[in-house]
Amino acid sequence: MNKNLGWKLGLIAATLIVFLIGIFGIPKELSGKGLLASLQERIHLGLDLKGGTHLILQVQVNDAVNVESDNAVERLKADLRTRKINYTEISKPDPVNNPDKIVIKGVPPEASADLRSIVSDRLPEYQLTSGAENTWTLAMKPQALTELKNRAVSQAIETIRNRIDQLGVTEPIIQEHGLGQYQILVQLPGVDDPGRVKEIMQSTAMLEIRQSLGGPYASEQAALQEHGGVLPPDAVLMRGKSIGTRDSDSGETWYLISRASAVTGRDLRTADPSRDENGQPAVRFNLTGEGGRRFGAFTAAHVGDNLAVVLDNKVQEVAVIKEQIHDTGVINGRFSEQEAKDLAMILRSGALPAGIKYLEERTVGPSLGTDSIRAGVQAAVIGMLAVLIFMLVYYRGAGINADIALILNLIILLGFLGYSGATLTLPGIAGVILTVGMGVDSNVLIFERIREELRNGKTPPSAVEQGFSRAWVTIVDTHVTTIVSAFILFIFGTGPVRGFAVTLTFGLLANLFTAVFVSRMIFDWILSRKQRGEALSI
Amino acid sequence: MEFFRNPNIDFLGKKWYFLAFSLVFSVAGVLSMLFWHGIPLGVDFRGGTLVYVKFSHAPNDNAIRAAMDRAGLHNARIQRYGPATNNEVLIALEEKETSEQALDRGKLQIINALESNAPQGKLDLNNTSSLALTSYLLQKDPLHAGTDANQRYAAQAQAIVTYRDKTRGGVLSSFDELKGVADPAVIAALQEAFYLSDFGVRNVEIVGPQVGKQLQTQAKLAVLYSLAGMLVYLGFRFEWIYGVAAVITVFHDTLITVGAFSLANKEISLTVIAAILTLIGYSNNDTIVIFDRIRENLKLMRREKLADVVNKSINQTLSRTILTAGLTFLTVLALYLFGGEVLHGFSFALVIGILIGTYSSIAIAAPILVAYQDWRLKRKQGPMVAAGKESRRRAV
Repeated sequence: MNKNLGWKLGLIAATLIVFLIGIFGIPKELSGKGLLASLQERIHLGLDLKGGTHLILQVQVNDAVNVESDNAVERLKADLRTRKINYTEISKPDPVNNPDKIVIKGVPPEASADLRSIVSDRLPEYQLTSGAENTWTLAMKPQALTELKNRAVSQAIETIRNRIDQLGVTEPIIQEHGLGQYQILVQLPGVDDPGRVKEIMQSTAMLEIRQSLGGPYASEQAALQEHGGVLPPDAVLMRGKSIGTRDSDSGETWYLISRASAVTGRDLRTADPSRDENGQPAVRFNLTGEGGRRFGAFTAAHVGDNLAVVLDNKVQEVAVIKEQIHDTGVINGRFSEQEAKDLAMILRSGALPAGIKYLEERTVGPSLGTDSIRAGVQAAVIGMLAVLIFMLVYYRGAGINADIALILNLIILLGFLGYSGATLTLPGIAGVILTVGMGVDSNVLIFERIREELRNGKTPPSAVEQGFSRAWVTIVDTHVTTIVSAFILFIFGTGPVRGFAVTLTFGLLANLFTAVFVSRMIFDWILSRKQRGEALSI
Repeated sequence: MEFFRNPNIDFLGKKWYFLAFSLVFSVAGVLSMLFWHGIPLGVDFRGGTLVYVKFSHAPNDNAIRAAMDRAGLHNARIQRYGPATNNEVLIALEEKETSEQALDRGKLQIINALESNAPQGKLDLNNTSSLALTSYLLQKDPLHAGTDANQRYAAQAQAIVTYRDKTRGGVLSSFDELKGVADPAVIAALQEAFYLSDFGVRNVEIVGPQVGKQLQTQAKLAVLYSLAGMLVYLGFRFEWIYGVAAVITVFHDTLITVGAFSLANKEISLTVIAAILTLIGYSNNDTIVIFDRIRENLKLMRREKLADVVNKSINQTLSRTILTAGLTFLTVLALYLFGGEVLHGFSFALVIGILIGTYSSIAIAAPILVAYQDWRLKRKQGPMVAAGKESRRRAV
């Protein structure tokens, strides 16, 4: 019996030490302040407690599909031309809802075999179906489409992570959110200017350098008139960066820009904030070897022409090409210091494959978080004390037993949090409090059963034995059902609610150990010191 | 100490009173949901904008309302929040003022409306980020700092913002408060370009309509799966009728709790759903304790009527039921009273839920078992002893 108690006591002591280290780590100094500091380091607080911004972003994956299918249209046209197959029109009828759908009209029936072979060779991820009157429909295979969308999301996550890292935000969380809805969850602890961060994340940062064929014009109509109502086939009209101080009334400017781009953001090696020749903030960029060669060829061929720096389909700047440029350039466009810095950073981090929009934003100011911690901890301490005192009064000797089990339960729970790196949220604190309330249920079940057995005339040892074994069945059933609902909460919940599910589950698991094993051991130890027939304090 | 020594109350004999009691509360809740307050969904589910503002003095609701009206926000809901001494107000906008294209437009409108009487050209120090402060100070350079200007001004700005948020709860009411926090030259420089508004934004929640719908579906699914999980587990551990009784009981609890939110016109947020799921777990916990005892007693008392067995089981566990409910209630009450405003809805749901959950295990779950047996006897299908699977296995 005593030997048995020995290893049990050892196990409990070891658990206590292990989980205390889980809470406090190995403290550098054993003062109250040192312990508090290491506690704060070990237990991760959720955004609702430490303040910060929680965002849910929708990746507009159709953007990425449109880019891909536009590309496919161009490739197809080129291939048909080289194979000398006639067609009247290749277009995308519904780029908003079915961005992968391409309709080919007017291919003569005798060329259908050729068309098929072009598609299967050159566009293997597309499915070709024939319709009435020599119409063909191309659509992406479902698997390829899903893959493309998922790739857009993971690229977006990567890009956003790059940008946030460069902003120096500590411990951001950037991950896919929900199930297959192409959403991203971003959590930024302690950001004090969420507006700026949001803008930086959202910027698609599609940088292109193209040839400028004309402009600026005051409006779209003016631009069209200039060209007799019809634009050259290889050019588009683009809005210029609006400059409100211009003397033109609307502040609008339009340019005629070539469709093809000389270099894009992908050809950038670096980008840094710098100053232009007038000392104004600007962004200097370096091109990669391959990009530099292309840019060199382009500028050499167009000396005297205008080039346009296009950012997110807006003309940022138009400049005359004075001489061949190889691999460096400067973008200026009346930036402020901060704008130039941010733009350089965004360009370095790469372009987003698709636009994003914000679906949800929650910002908890640091002042509120501090108040919440205070209130939560206060409630926890008061609730805990009330329970501890009540157990002592109601069960006397056995009350100490229950109190030890409860305190140990709490230590294990906090230790779990320290080890697992799970975050403690405000509902999480509520979960801790509830664990105390429900954890005591196991003790009450056992003690009431022991009292009942004692009333029925059993001796203390056999009453304890019976009490534990009878209550055990009930305890297992109740714990399993509660853990089931906590598990479901974890799956369906977000952020703070998940924190609640985690603490509740950990707390209940710890309770199985403390209320049954630890409490039993204490009873056995008390019984082993008693004379036969002596009453049990319960 | 002992509250109950061998209680012997005829709970099943009072089943009609229980039924009447439950019906009154359920029907009141359902009527309120249908005809009065509806189900008051929070911003989490409905979409919309919430801005929590702390004022440096007691807020004047009429003045805030007037400011919102001037800004064109006629449907803004203005509500006091937390203890009166905290001077906190919640300003809410409906979903239609939150488009996904400009999610935070509503927030900016609210802040601009509150700042509308700002001195010309000055910025509000109470709603400025430390980053903006740093760049202002760098440009102004009141300390004539050298190469370490960046770090020095960043430290000054950080100190000011930390003092404002952590010590003063987010609002400064006078520049004098900053003495000792920041360098006098810095404070003087700030006074040139900044003023102190009478409020600070503590918390912002903006939920776009799409996410709101998504969260609604998720919450419904979570509650449904939770119930299904219970049904399956109890069917597996006991008999299916036990599972059915437990699920009906939990449904009853959920209905009454949601009804209470409707009657009190309190908003149901995500955390309230978490509380409802907890309550499902708790109520079920309570029911299982009694069912377990019934199962055990059925093995011992084979000749007695089911009603007597059930009554006896409830009485045997009554002491435990009351104690656990009382202790859990105590902790939840501490949460409700001291847990702060953010947890108010959560703890309100649990306060109601624990009372109802405890009551329902005795008053709903147990009578269902007996009613089922009576119904089977009436249809002459022979008496059935709704014992658990274990006892049958052992009886063979």
